[in-house]
Amino acid sequence: MKVDATDRQIILATQQGLPLVPAPYKAVADQIGLSEDALLERIARLKSIGVIRRIAAAPNHYRLGMTANGMTVWDVDDDLIGELGPIVGALPFVTHSYERPRALPGWPYNLFAMVHGAHRDEVEAKRGEIARLLGAACRGGDILYSTRILKKAGLRLPPKKA
Amino acid sequence: MTILDATDRAVLNRLQEDLPLSAHPFAEVARELGLTETDLISRIARMKDNGMITRFGPFFDAEAMGGAFCLCAMAVPEARFEIVAEQVNAHPEVAHNYQRCHKLNMWFVLATGHKSAITSVANRIETETGLAVLRFPKLREFFIGFRVAA
Repeated sequence: MKVDATDRQIILATQQGLPLVPAPYKAVADQIGLSEDALLERIARLKSIGVIRRIAAAPNHYRLGMTANGMTVWDVDDDLIGELGPIVGALPFVTHSYERPRALPGWPYNLFAMVHGAHRDEVEAKRGEIARLLGAACRGGDILYSTRILKKAGLRLPPKKA
Repeated sequence: MTILDATDRAVLNRLQEDLPLSAHPFAEVARELGLTETDLISRIARMKDNGMITRFGPFFDAEAMGGAFCLCAMAVPEARFEIVAEQVNAHPEVAHNYQRCHKLNMWFVLATGHKSAITSVANRIETETGLAVLRFPKLREFFIGFRVAA
């Protein structure tokens, strides 16, 4: 079993965030009736199986002045994407990077990389950097700027009985 | 826009990395940064209050918990855009939805408990709107970090 009932309690208790107190894990443990050690062990396990990626701050790009963001998309040679994808993903201005299926004939792109910047010129310069990095392995690319958020819901747990 | 001082920036950069799993994690990070535990905690609280940090806590991968996700895109005629946006957003499985500058002008993520539900929701949207829902499931993630240099 990947996530049991107690794990789900931990997820629910920390979904909104970790308490900002000197002993935050103790505070969560008390709330759900576990010992601090038991909680730390469970969190460590959830991290080892990838359910928790890390415990960290989510910065607000807009408030930090990174108001331009573009979804760059690339048509990368299938034999080389495994090698080039991680290099693109490691660029400091790329926040998410995925390989996805093409939707031919209209959509030849298989590499997606989200780029953030203070303004569009900066995003375009970074896009140029990715293009140079991909070189001849890339047959084309495009960039899709977001113009409006139509909906944004928080993380919801998959509906499931424990 | 609120101004961050150099210490706030150092805090924000560090906090995008993992918090230690220990009894006093903030004390550990504060030591790394040459701050007191109290100062660090109050800086995080302030950056949360003023919206520089949207959330501080565990990042969950719902897919690893057994959920399924799929990025989808539609080419929506401009004249019908608002109506289609309402039709799409009405589905609770639509986690977020963005308008983008492209022929494919509507991009949304479906989040469901199981993979099979992705297909049924996407098909339902196609029926309701009469438009194709292109599906771009993640094949591989080139995940390094979400870091933004503050």
